[in-house]
Amino acid sequence: MTLRWDVTLAILAMGIVTYLCRAGGYAVLRAVKTPPFVDALLRNLPAPLFAAYVALALSRQDLAAVAASLACAAAQLRWRNFGVSIGVGVAAMAGLRWAGM
Amino acid sequence: MRVVFTWAGMWRGVRRGVPLLLGIIPFGLVVGVISLGKGLSLAETLLMSGLVFAGASQLLALELWSDPPDILAVAIAALVVNIRMVPLGAALSFWLNHLRGWRLWSSLFVTVDHSFALSVAEHRAGERDAAFLLGLGILTWMGWVASAGAGHLLGAAVALPPSHPLFFAATATFVAILVALWRGPRQDIPPWLAAAAAALAAQALRLPAPLPLLAGAFAGALLGARMEARAARGARP
Repeated sequence: MTLRWDVTLAILAMGIVTYLCRAGGYAVLRAVKTPPFVDALLRNLPAPLFAAYVALALSRQDLAAVAASLACAAAQLRWRNFGVSIGVGVAAMAGLRWAGM
Repeated sequence: MRVVFTWAGMWRGVRRGVPLLLGIIPFGLVVGVISLGKGLSLAETLLMSGLVFAGASQLLALELWSDPPDILAVAIAALVVNIRMVPLGAALSFWLNHLRGWRLWSSLFVTVDHSFALSVAEHRAGERDAAFLLGLGILTWMGWVASAGAGHLLGAAVALPPSHPLFFAATATFVAILVALWRGPRQDIPPWLAAAAAALAAQALRLPAPLPLLAGAFAGALLGARMEARAARGARP
């Protein structure tokens, strides 16, 4: 059960920033009216963020990862269950690696 | 209608949250296994899951993890991913605006996408007890911390090599989240392509992490917001 000080600091920083998003955001939006464009920007941030993440992650992996991602996406479209989709993605990756990809 | 805060409401939240655990536990296991892969101890994994309690930002921070950790990079990762939570609290104002003190600030601490969505649905169905959100949040928090710890223990028990297909779960999780956010080709394809292109371009310019991610996220969000504004203007007579 080790806790390194630098790791603990990094985790604390993440925790504080996350709580500021949860609670600080609520407090600010309760007190002031934000410009509509800022609202729209915040509303539109999640999907491009994940699109950028997936593009970066796949650019550092091989073709098998792209194929397994397609399987995972198809599972999510079909069943709408994160547990199932992640399972399908990992199983596809395992299958492709086993097949020598 | 009057908003209340009772033990009965909290308990209803706990009970309604049980099926949500099916979606949370696999994600927690993945975060636990990946934390182990990145060299975090069990105590550090539990601390991160308990304090941050936001899976996508934890996975992203772990992707950027180095030894020693780059504190600024992981804090920025948490900010960028969790900024989506800013409007969640405002959207729960039908309950939160009636709370003060620990009831308000602890409810906000445990609010995640799942409990947000379910609380909005329950409110629409007539739920007037604001403790519902806290009960739901506490259950999901416990499920999250326990499953991350279990993932860490499991990973240590079977000693997975870094190339193991299980670690593909991080990418798979983001692919699944992305698909869940899909609305339609006209709305989504341009901002998603802009995000991917800006991120890859920033990476090609060898900008340090998490700048490529930020460049992509904001390029896509700007385009999405502009398209929304243009559509709203076009809809006006």
